[in-house]
Amino acid sequence: MNDLANYNFAYLDEQTKRMIRRAILKAIAIPGYQVPFASREMPMPYGWGTGGVQVTASILGPSDVLKVIDQGADDTTNAVSIRAFFQKVANVAVTTRTADATIIQTRHRIPEEKLGEGQTLVYQVPIPEPLRFLEPRETETRKMHALEEYGLMHVKLYEDIARNGHIATTYAYPVKVEGRYVMDPSPTPKFDNPKMHMSEALQLFGAGREKRIYAVPPYTEVVSLDFEDHPFEVQKFDRPCALCGAENVYLDEVVLDDKGGRMFVCSDTDHCEDRRAHGHAGAMLAPAAKESQEAAE
Amino acid sequence: MSAVPLLKVSDVSKFYGSRIGCRNVSFELYPGEVLAIVGESGSGKTTLLSCLSTRLMPTSGVVEYHMRDGQYRDLARMSEAERRFLMRTDWGFVHQNPADGLRMTVSAGANVGERLMAVGDRHYGNIRAAAGDWLRRVEIEEDRIDDQPRAFSGGMRQRLQIARNLVTSPRLVFMDEPTGGLDVSVQARLLDLVRGLVHDLGLAAVIVTHDLAVARLLSHRMMVMKDGAVIEQGLTDRVLDDPREPYTQLLVSSILQV
Amino acid sequence: MYVAVKGGEAAIANAHRLLADRRRGDRSLPSITIEQVVEQLGLAVDRVMAEASLYDRALAALAVRQARGDMIEAIFILRAYRTTLPRFGYSEPVDTARMKVERRVSATYKDLPGGQLLGPTFDYTHRLLDPSLIGEDAVDEPALKEPGEHVMRVSDILDGEGLIEGDGQMPEGHVMGDLTREPMEFPMARDLRLQALARGDEGFLLALAYSTQRGYGRTHPFVGEVRIGEVEVELELPELGFAVSLGTVRVTECQMVNQFKGSAKQPPQFTRGYGLVFGQSERKAMSMSLVDRSLRTDEFDEDIVAPAQDQEFVISHADNVQATGFVEHLKLPHYVDFQAELDLVRRMRREYEPAQPGGKNVMKEAAE
Repeated sequence: MNDLANYNFAYLDEQTKRMIRRAILKAIAIPGYQVPFASREMPMPYGWGTGGVQVTASILGPSDVLKVIDQGADDTTNAVSIRAFFQKVANVAVTTRTADATIIQTRHRIPEEKLGEGQTLVYQVPIPEPLRFLEPRETETRKMHALEEYGLMHVKLYEDIARNGHIATTYAYPVKVEGRYVMDPSPTPKFDNPKMHMSEALQLFGAGREKRIYAVPPYTEVVSLDFEDHPFEVQKFDRPCALCGAENVYLDEVVLDDKGGRMFVCSDTDHCEDRRAHGHAGAMLAPAAKESQEAAE
Repeated sequence: MSAVPLLKVSDVSKFYGSRIGCRNVSFELYPGEVLAIVGESGSGKTTLLSCLSTRLMPTSGVVEYHMRDGQYRDLARMSEAERRFLMRTDWGFVHQNPADGLRMTVSAGANVGERLMAVGDRHYGNIRAAAGDWLRRVEIEEDRIDDQPRAFSGGMRQRLQIARNLVTSPRLVFMDEPTGGLDVSVQARLLDLVRGLVHDLGLAAVIVTHDLAVARLLSHRMMVMKDGAVIEQGLTDRVLDDPREPYTQLLVSSILQV
Repeated sequence: MYVAVKGGEAAIANAHRLLADRRRGDRSLPSITIEQVVEQLGLAVDRVMAEASLYDRALAALAVRQARGDMIEAIFILRAYRTTLPRFGYSEPVDTARMKVERRVSATYKDLPGGQLLGPTFDYTHRLLDPSLIGEDAVDEPALKEPGEHVMRVSDILDGEGLIEGDGQMPEGHVMGDLTREPMEFPMARDLRLQALARGDEGFLLALAYSTQRGYGRTHPFVGEVRIGEVEVELELPELGFAVSLGTVRVTECQMVNQFKGSAKQPPQFTRGYGLVFGQSERKAMSMSLVDRSLRTDEFDEDIVAPAQDQEFVISHADNVQATGFVEHLKLPHYVDFQAELDLVRRMRREYEPAQPGGKNVMKEAAE
C-alpha cells in the first residue's frame, strides 16, 4: 500500500482541474452567478476551505507564489494547514507578503493592501447563497436569481432597520454584482465590501460543500445593498492599531486581562508587520504609551 | 364598468389524469367587476381559480389578460418571469389561510412593503409610510407595524394579507374563501372592509366561496359549479332570488334554512 | 507587552504527534493489525466501505485504525482517497437474483423457495455481556449450508403475478448519473437519490426511516426480503463486446414492499422501496429502502408533509462527511465576524440607554 501516496501536482487530477477551470471560466463570464460544479472530496473537512482549495489547486502553476490567510492572518492554524498542504502537494513558493503573492487564498478577510492586476484572490465560502436564510430551498432560490426577484433581500434589511434603527448585518453583507446578480461576499466583514468594487484583481469564490463557484472579474461593479435613506456604511474604529498605529483598517479586539483590559490590533498581520518594519508604531509599542488610556477603553 | 374585459376565459378545462378538475368554462370579467364562483367542495371552483391565476396550467382552453399596455396576453404563453411579475404587481391573491399568503416571521410593515421593494422601491421611509397607510386602511393600528403576524388574530391576519396584496394597486384580485375559518362577527367586518376597498379602488375580483352570503354581499355576478362544470351563471341577485337549475335551488334553499 | 498568538505551524506539528501517541496508546500492548480489524471488527469495516463508497476491506480497516475507531473520520479518510482514483468505467448493474446468499429473510411469506436463512445475525442473541470474550475466545466451527445457492427474490415472486411495480425503470434516454462527478441538482432523479442514500449516514437514515413509521409520511412497509451475500461485479469492455467479471462484493439488499397504488386505468399494485449497501448492514439497507419509498412522492402523487418525503431536505443533509465538516468548522476562528457583531451590539446598547424613560437602563436593573 506504499504506492498510495502518489498524488498529482496540486493534489487534484488534471481532469478534475479542467472541470473546475471550466466552471471558473463560466463564473467569470457571468459575474456573481453561482456555477454548480462537481466538488471533490478533499483531504480536509467540508467547511474548512475545500472550495477555496479546489479553486486554488486548479489555477495554481509551478511559478505561482501563494499566500493563505484566515481572519486576515497568515499564522492562524487553518491558514498554516492549507499553506502546508500546497507546499506538500505542489511544492509551490509561499509568502506572507501580500504584494508578492500571485494567488491569495482567504477566509473572512480581504487584505488591507490594494490588490493589483495579475493577482487572484480566492475566497473560501461556507454558504454561497445570499438568499439561503430567507429561503432554504435551492429550487426556489435559483428561480429567484434567474428572475431577478430580490425583493426578499430588502425585506431582511427593512426588518433590521425597523427593529434596530439601522441595518444590522455586519458580515457576509450582500452585494449586487454588475447590476445583475445578488451575491454573498463570503463572511468577510462589511468593512471589506468596498474593496471588491472595481478591484484590479480577479476574485474567485469556491464553496466545496455546497458545490458552487462564482467570480468577480477585475474592474467589476460591486454594490452593497441598502436603502436611499439608510445608505451602506462600513465599520469605523475609534482608535488606530495599537501596534502599528494604522487607521482605517480592520482591527481585532484582544483581551489583555480579566479586568476589562483590551487592545485593538490589525487583523491583517502582514500589513501590520510591514508598517512596523517601516517605523510606524502604535500606542502599545510607542515608548510614551499611556497605560491608563487603554484601561479606560 | 369599461367596455373592454380585463380577463377573457375561453373553454378552460383541467384534467388530473382521467379525473375532471373543471371543464369547458368560459366567461369574461370586466374592470371593477366582482365575480363569485360558488359550489360545494370538489365542484372544481378552486381548480378553476388556480387555472385563472396561473397556479395551474389548464389542460385546454385559453385565459387572456388585458395588460396595462392595452394588449391581450395569453397567460399560458407568458414566460414565468412575466407571470410572476404580473402576480406581484397587477394582481393579488388572497388565500383562505393567511399563513399561506403572509411571511409569518416578518413584521407587518415588511409584509406590506415587500411588493414595493420587489418592484424596486429603495427608500425605507417611503416604504414604511406606505405600509403604515395601508395598515390604517385595513383597520390595523399603525403601532402594530413592527409586530409579526404571529401575534395577530385571525381577522387581523386576513386584513394584513389584503393590505399586502393591494399595496401595488393591482387591478385584479383572486380570493380563495377569504372568510373561511373566521368567526361570524369577524367575517362580517372583513366583508364590509373588502366591499369598501373593492368599490373605492375599482378592483376586479374573482372570489371562490362555498358561502352564498359572501357571494351575495360582495359579488355582482356569480357562477355555480358542480362536478367541474358551470351549471348556472348570472347577476348575483338574480341567481340567488330566482335560481333556475334544480341544484342551485337546492343550494340556495339549504343555505337559507340554516 | 502582548504578543499575538504565533507559531501555528509548531502547534499543529505537536498536535499531530500527540494524536499519533494517543492512537497508539499503551506501547506495552501489541499494535492492532489491519487483518485483525478486517476479521474482528468486520461490521465497522463494512460501514466505512459503504459510506465512503469504496469497496476495499484493507483500506477501510486502515482508515478505522488511523481514525482511532471514529467511524465518520474513517469514512472521511477513505472518501478523500477514493476521490483521487481514476475512473475506468461503470460496471453493469449487479444481479442480486444471482447472489450467493448467506442470509435471506422475508417477512411477507412464511416459507418460500430457498427458505428463510438466518445467517450471521444478532437478531436472536440475548444482549447479555459475554465475559468469555475477555481474553482469547475459542469459537466452534459454524454449520454452513451448501454455499453458492441462488434463491429466487421475493420481489420476483410478486412480480410474476403482476402484484408489484417493476424494478425501477428510468425514463427512456435517461443517462445514469454519477453523484460523485456531477453537481447536485434538484429535483433529483431516483438513480442519483439512491446513490446519495447508499452513501448517506446510517444514523440519519435510520432516524428518518423511523419517523416514517411513526406517522411522519407513512408508507405501510413490509420487508419483502432482506438478503446478504456475494454478488459478481461485471464490466463491459468495448474491445471485447461482452462483460467480464471483476470479482465479487458482499452486499446487503432490502426490498421493501409498500402500500399499493392503483387507479381506474391501472390495477392496484404494491410499490417498492429499495436499499442496497456494501457489506453487511441490514439497518442501513432497511432504512434506505424506507426513505427511498417515501421520497418517491412525485411518482405516486403524494403530498410532501413530512421531512422524510422532502428530497431536498433528505439528500442535502444525508452526507455525514459534509455534515461533520460544516458543524465542526464552527470551531475555526470567527473572530473577525465576531468583532463586527461585538461592535454593533455595543453601539446598539449605547443607543438604547438614552432612549429609556428617565434614562433608566432596564437591562441593568434586571441584572442587579
